[in-house]
Amino acid sequence: MYAGPRFLLAGDSALVVEFGDKVSPDIYVKVRKLFLYLEKLTPKGIKEAVPTYRSLMIHYNPLELPLQTLRSKLEKAILESANMPLPRSRRITVPVKYGGEYGPDLKDVAAHNKITPEDVIRIHSSIDYLVYMIGFTPGFPYLGEPPRSIACPRLTTPRVKVPAGSVGIAGTLTGIYPRESPGGWRLIGRTPLKLFNERSNPPSLLQAGDYIQFLSITETDYERILKETQAGDYQPEIQQIEKQ
Amino acid sequence: MFQVVTPGILTTVQDLGRFGYQRYGVPVAGVMDSFAAKVANILAGNADNSACLEMTIKGPTLKAINQCNIAITGADLSPTVNGERIDTWATRPVKRGDVLSFSSAQSGCRGYLTVSGGIQVPSVLGSASTYVRGGFGGYKGRAVRKGDVLRGTFSEPMRRIRCVPSEYIPSYTSPATIRVVLGPQEDFFTENGIKTFLNSTYEVTPDSDRMGYRLSGQPIEHSKEPEIVSDGATVGSIQVPGDRMPIVLMKDAGTTGGYPKIAHVISSDLDQVAQLTPGDSLRFKQIEIREAYEIVDQVMKQLDRLKRNIKEADLAP
Repeated sequence: MYAGPRFLLAGDSALVVEFGDKVSPDIYVKVRKLFLYLEKLTPKGIKEAVPTYRSLMIHYNPLELPLQTLRSKLEKAILESANMPLPRSRRITVPVKYGGEYGPDLKDVAAHNKITPEDVIRIHSSIDYLVYMIGFTPGFPYLGEPPRSIACPRLTTPRVKVPAGSVGIAGTLTGIYPRESPGGWRLIGRTPLKLFNERSNPPSLLQAGDYIQFLSITETDYERILKETQAGDYQPEIQQIEKQ
Repeated sequence: MFQVVTPGILTTVQDLGRFGYQRYGVPVAGVMDSFAAKVANILAGNADNSACLEMTIKGPTLKAINQCNIAITGADLSPTVNGERIDTWATRPVKRGDVLSFSSAQSGCRGYLTVSGGIQVPSVLGSASTYVRGGFGGYKGRAVRKGDVLRGTFSEPMRRIRCVPSEYIPSYTSPATIRVVLGPQEDFFTENGIKTFLNSTYEVTPDSDRMGYRLSGQPIEHSKEPEIVSDGATVGSIQVPGDRMPIVLMKDAGTTGGYPKIAHVISSDLDQVAQLTPGDSLRFKQIEIREAYEIVDQVMKQLDRLKRNIKEADLAP
């Protein structure tokens, strides 16, 4: 973490407030506090703020809000938000059918780590993952790291088509594909949840600052939840939890 | 209003973009050349943010299914009505049954067509813009196809043609000079790397699209591993990945990225980038942020002047 935040220009309509250059929960707390503070305040001239692992990108209108004014507002906001307690976080349960056609690489991930597929499932679904940010494509969550004991390198040849909802491992990362796309992650399972729906507002099921917990489900449950999700009847399980 | 007879290469419905959803990974999308699209709407008597058609390199052929007033700006795609050449950066009425046809770009890359009242599509997350890769917004989340029917609102036929005085019409030239502000990761490049970036000419490659313009030319030297902890990316960000060739992110680009960004194109010059086609070239020119703000202000004032100086002329008999 830096001693103080860095203010970096991203053209004439965006400013980056950077707190560090690593992936770490400590840096992230600062990003989140500033993000929540600005969201409540919505200063005139700020169009939107995009939180990332280690910085907040502020999109602004330079004609309404000159850079110097923006900077002093942000400096004040950083000081004041630092003392704010973080509100409770959402924890969203993400049901996953592991293995089989849903997770064709589960066996390989197990073999790579010299454990059983059941071990991989148990370890993968044993912890809460922080959603650091949403980006890259609509609804794609950048998650905290899974235990190293299930790490596995990417496929040497990426798949042309990875089904929407696929849960994968790439090196020491884990993630979920919001929509069908090409991809090189090792697929260990699939969730029936819809991560992105442009007809909802917010359109993304997950938001930066949430936690998710994977829950191993049966094929029958997968198919049932999938149907309910498609019909718009499924309510994902969301809890409010204390996290720091 | 119009039935699509032939769709052209990539014809999409766009407004000025979808804002407020970048935190959910939703690109802003919207018109690539904001100036040209705004002027089309001014000519048609619409609000700046009304939906228009963005036509790329080769335009569509459209049949009017009822009377409407059209405005055409941007790249000159040689528009004709029933085979007769009509002006760009101008409005005119078209009658039911008229065939409006565009061919290949004489200069530039993207032309804009709108109608009085704007093109009507459902709003998705507050915008009419098409995000083709995501499959949503605009006309059914995709580029228009043969047989599609684009709807507008009824408007009285205009009696006089309205057009933009020539001094306000941009010329789309190559090589273009594109002004940039350095940062946020200029410290990922050597002094030589930044010099190369600012002093050489880059060519637009065929892999360029609404997501980004991939350029080729002198390689830009990094001072460290060309990878950052992913952070926010935006329209105009210039990323330089491991192959040392710059990529200018455009309207459909992802909202975050892991490559160092050497600089950003100032907002007004994005319009110029959008009008370059593969094979065209550009040079980057560094300016200070203070100058960039002055340009933002000038561009707004110029648009106000243009609004007051629209010329009117009688319709040809």
